[in-house]
Amino acid sequence: MDMAVKASDISAESPRARTQRRNDLLFRSATLFFALLVLTLLGGVIISLIHGALPALKAFGFGFVTTEIWNPVTEKFGALAPIYGTLVTSVIAMLVGVPVSFGIAIFLTELCPAWAKRPIGIAVELLAGIPSIIYGIWGLFVFAPFLQKTVQPFLINTLGNVPGIGAWFKGPPYGIGVLTAGLILAIMILPFITSITRDVFETMPTMLRESAYGLGATTWEVVRDITIPYTRVGLVGGVMLGLGRALGETMAVTFVIGNSHHIASSLLAPGTTISAAIANEFTEAVGDTYTSSLIALGLVLFIITFIVLSLAKLMLVRMNRKAGT
Amino acid sequence: MAITDMSPGTPTGSPPGTNFAMGRYKRRKVGNTITMGLAVGAAVFGLLWLVWILAILLINGLSAISLGLFTQMTPPPGSAGGLLNAIFGSLVMTVLGMVIGTPIGIMAGTYLAEYGKGTKLAEVTRFINDILLSAPSIIVGLFIYTIVVVPMGHFSAWAGSISLAVLVIPVVVRTTEDMLNLVPGSLREAAAALGAPRWKVIVQVTYRAARSGIMTGILLAVARISGETAPLLFTALNNQFWSVNMNAPMANLPVTIFQFALSPYEDWQRLAWGGSLLITVAILALNIGARMLASIGTKKGQ
Repeated sequence: MDMAVKASDISAESPRARTQRRNDLLFRSATLFFALLVLTLLGGVIISLIHGALPALKAFGFGFVTTEIWNPVTEKFGALAPIYGTLVTSVIAMLVGVPVSFGIAIFLTELCPAWAKRPIGIAVELLAGIPSIIYGIWGLFVFAPFLQKTVQPFLINTLGNVPGIGAWFKGPPYGIGVLTAGLILAIMILPFITSITRDVFETMPTMLRESAYGLGATTWEVVRDITIPYTRVGLVGGVMLGLGRALGETMAVTFVIGNSHHIASSLLAPGTTISAAIANEFTEAVGDTYTSSLIALGLVLFIITFIVLSLAKLMLVRMNRKAGT
Repeated sequence: MAITDMSPGTPTGSPPGTNFAMGRYKRRKVGNTITMGLAVGAAVFGLLWLVWILAILLINGLSAISLGLFTQMTPPPGSAGGLLNAIFGSLVMTVLGMVIGTPIGIMAGTYLAEYGKGTKLAEVTRFINDILLSAPSIIVGLFIYTIVVVPMGHFSAWAGSISLAVLVIPVVVRTTEDMLNLVPGSLREAAAALGAPRWKVIVQVTYRAARSGIMTGILLAVARISGETAPLLFTALNNQFWSVNMNAPMANLPVTIFQFALSPYEDWQRLAWGGSLLITVAILALNIGARMLASIGTKKGQ
């Protein structure tokens, strides 16, 4: 009798095992559900932006991205000035930020004494933790007046007289403007590009580097001829990630760009970016066309950053595969 | 005669080959010194901003910190006041955002690390999650505006909390997945060999092993959202007064700082500096806390 009971226990599933099997299925489905939720989140963002932008896109067609007019009174809207401002501030940020980030990364991987590596690395990453509104308030009250008194008059008096590029540095030194916004963006993307560059540099096999040193190469030659060519794809990925940040950065830019929907030839003049225009005008926008135009601006920004971030991601994945082999 | 030619100090004395080599060597050395000097300069330059910003923040912020900052409401221009309602609103929305976002992030991260490994779905989700991680936060604000604020018909603290939750999710997904991947497979196998079902292995063994890492991710997510302004601008909006109603606009520190800093009133600007210092100190503390937690976790793992 005893034996028979035990046998049935093994062959048929006990209630306890059944409960566990059910719990297992439940837990698995729950995690799958939330993973799918993350997927639909992005889909939801795209759909809601397109839905919101539709009235403006219907009213202005493709001309929305090629006209400069932004007139809430006559309800005529064009995105050219914010798009131009977004691109120009980002380009300034990259021109200043990328070389400096590479410099810091080279310093951290090749030159820095071991004891200082961690504190400096942490300090640079703390710079990334400071919220963008702090950069904004500092930019408005401290950095912009500083530029107005020192850097901008200098630029106007020197580069402003150079034929060709002189047009970029003409006009009164407002302090706030496209150049100031670009420089603040440069400071903000420093920590991002630096930390990725440093990580990418560290994927280099030590053997390669040491072989080059063994042949008598100087530090700079190792960096230029060995490290950078080897890590090229990852570096581009890191730079693109920084670019993605710069394109979408909102608050810091909103404080210092001056919010003018007019494309000026001078970098010292006020301008606007897509995110700054949305942040400034959205709650005050009256009428469906105005609101819809601002959402359409958001859609444009989303498309640009989506492309840039996707490329960045693909490059970093390729880099990691290479490091893995 | 040749001996006099070899007199020291005359460069013509050395054979032409050596001379060339010495010049090239010197050039390489000089090039190296210049570029490495630039690298050191870049590091100094980078740290300079951190020092400059923090110094300005301390100088302006400390003069605004007083007891009144924590006990009084945001004032109308020209009178004294504090930031109590804004601090309260920020705390409420940050906590709610974390409460909504963290479980979603942990579950999704669990799927990526435990069940979905190597599947196409997991690969796509990971990619999308990384895009969400770096997507401009103002886009999230627009998204929540269209799906929450418009149907509800008004701005609300709920909308603010949800938009912060959307920012929390990708951070938590990413760190949860990374941390679960660090847990050695042998630990899972040992638990499974003892007859534990999969879900119990994950909840009671894997989560425990990865606990400090997951906590680090959560702290980083708190740090990320507590300074976010853009997604709150047109979801929670702002409120001049004390409000605990989740269905109404709620005051919050970042938007208050934004409005007060851009105002022409000096009292408001001083409050903005005070609020900025509060936020920054909180975020830096969270960042440092997360870092310490992570280093404790790795030490234990070794």
